[in-house]
Amino acid sequence: MTTQYLDGGFTDPARDAAHAFRAALQAMARPGRIETVAGVAPPAPCSTAAAALILTLCDTTTPLYLAPSHDTDSLRGWITFHSGAPFTGPEHAMFALGTWAALQPVTRFAPGTPEYPDRAATLIVEMAALAEDGATLSGPGIETISHLSLPEIAAFQANRRRFPLGFDTYLTCGDRLAGLPRSTRVEG
Amino acid sequence: MRDTDYNFAYLDEQTKRMIRRAILKGVAVPGYQVPFASREMPMPYGWGTGGVQVTAACLTPEDTLKVIDQGADDTTNAVSIRKFFEKTAEIAVTERTAEATIIQTRHRIPETPLTEAQILVYQVPMPEPLRFLEPSEVETRKMHALQDYGLMHVKLYEDIARHGEIATAYSYPVMVEDRYVMSPSPIPKFDNPRLVSAALQLFGAGREQRIYAVPPHTRVVSLDFEDHPFDPSKAPHPCALCGAEDSYLDEVITDDRGSRMFVCSDTDYCAGRRGEAA
Repeated sequence: MTTQYLDGGFTDPARDAAHAFRAALQAMARPGRIETVAGVAPPAPCSTAAAALILTLCDTTTPLYLAPSHDTDSLRGWITFHSGAPFTGPEHAMFALGTWAALQPVTRFAPGTPEYPDRAATLIVEMAALAEDGATLSGPGIETISHLSLPEIAAFQANRRRFPLGFDTYLTCGDRLAGLPRSTRVEG
Repeated sequence: MRDTDYNFAYLDEQTKRMIRRAILKGVAVPGYQVPFASREMPMPYGWGTGGVQVTAACLTPEDTLKVIDQGADDTTNAVSIRKFFEKTAEIAVTERTAEATIIQTRHRIPETPLTEAQILVYQVPMPEPLRFLEPSEVETRKMHALQDYGLMHVKLYEDIARHGEIATAYSYPVMVEDRYVMSPSPIPKFDNPRLVSAALQLFGAGREQRIYAVPPHTRVVSLDFEDHPFDPSKAPHPCALCGAEDSYLDEVITDDRGSRMFVCSDTDYCAGRRGEAA
């Protein structure tokens, strides 16, 4: 029996998840704004922010794809113990976790259907750095424009062109996260 | 130990995760109605079960909740929902719009402009704006997918042909971000311009099992025609209590001989103007 996976989850699941969700909600509703989360200690290489998103949003009903950068035994064990999310390939994933490079090509993730655009994947992209500068964002949730350090421009522009289809993205770095819904227009 | 036997904010965690995923997809596709597995709540449909579930999924222990019903904080529905969350989430409540971090509303948007720090949760009886024109869910879903909203414009045109103006006074349909036609819930059309807000707006329909959202600063346009522009009209009176000329008014019958008065529907706004403690 391996006990190394048992630690590092939410200590007060209802309240910790409520705080994490509020951060995730504000981030997705205001692209370009960085929020901070706390309360989890996942095994490397997973960040606190990515782990908080997974424990807040994933459970046995949400297939999760671990990109090669994050597909380790210890992380699989930790996620299985704390969320029960089943692991799957990229095509059937509701959530996907990895670095931007490891998640490529992102066009294989579910974009939803014209009748049900909500049946689209959410990508959790681990970043080496995350800052409110770089690419220019506009669209719902943004009064005029905002800025966010994106791993790439073209892929998000292509994703926006499919609107209302497309994947939604969280960028995570340490205990910080930012949201990039498919509705956001991105310029270099 | 906490003195409540309920899980925080009543719902179990798996239900909250399901609702939270639906809310996030709603935010990502503004105006699109996300299906969700609405739970049976300890109150009947029509009393705000959709709004209550959305509020429960969003609440944190530090939140201050305000609940209004037709603008009023003191009706049975509003008082009951406020008490429900005081008991199950042990959160602070208020009747003042400016002090609230989450406001659950039935059929009004507060007169006081909302801020970035606030979330407005609507109780929605009928989320599908096309339902009274097309009873089939299969068909309305296809119409949204194809952005086929001709039927709605024909309905508004027929209003003009029959009544000389668009006769819809509440639940007035809007176009969100040039993509989805959305029902703003049965708010008076007077409130429609406020759908463009600094606050995040979430809509929950319990019986119909739909959640949708309007992120801050999203383009929301009330449907109209160039020669019949949208008119957010209200009763042509000042409030009989506070004298406000810019607020939405309720007509109150005061005796059985036809006497009536017009007063602010937003009780907090009216009390604030009269310098009272709300």
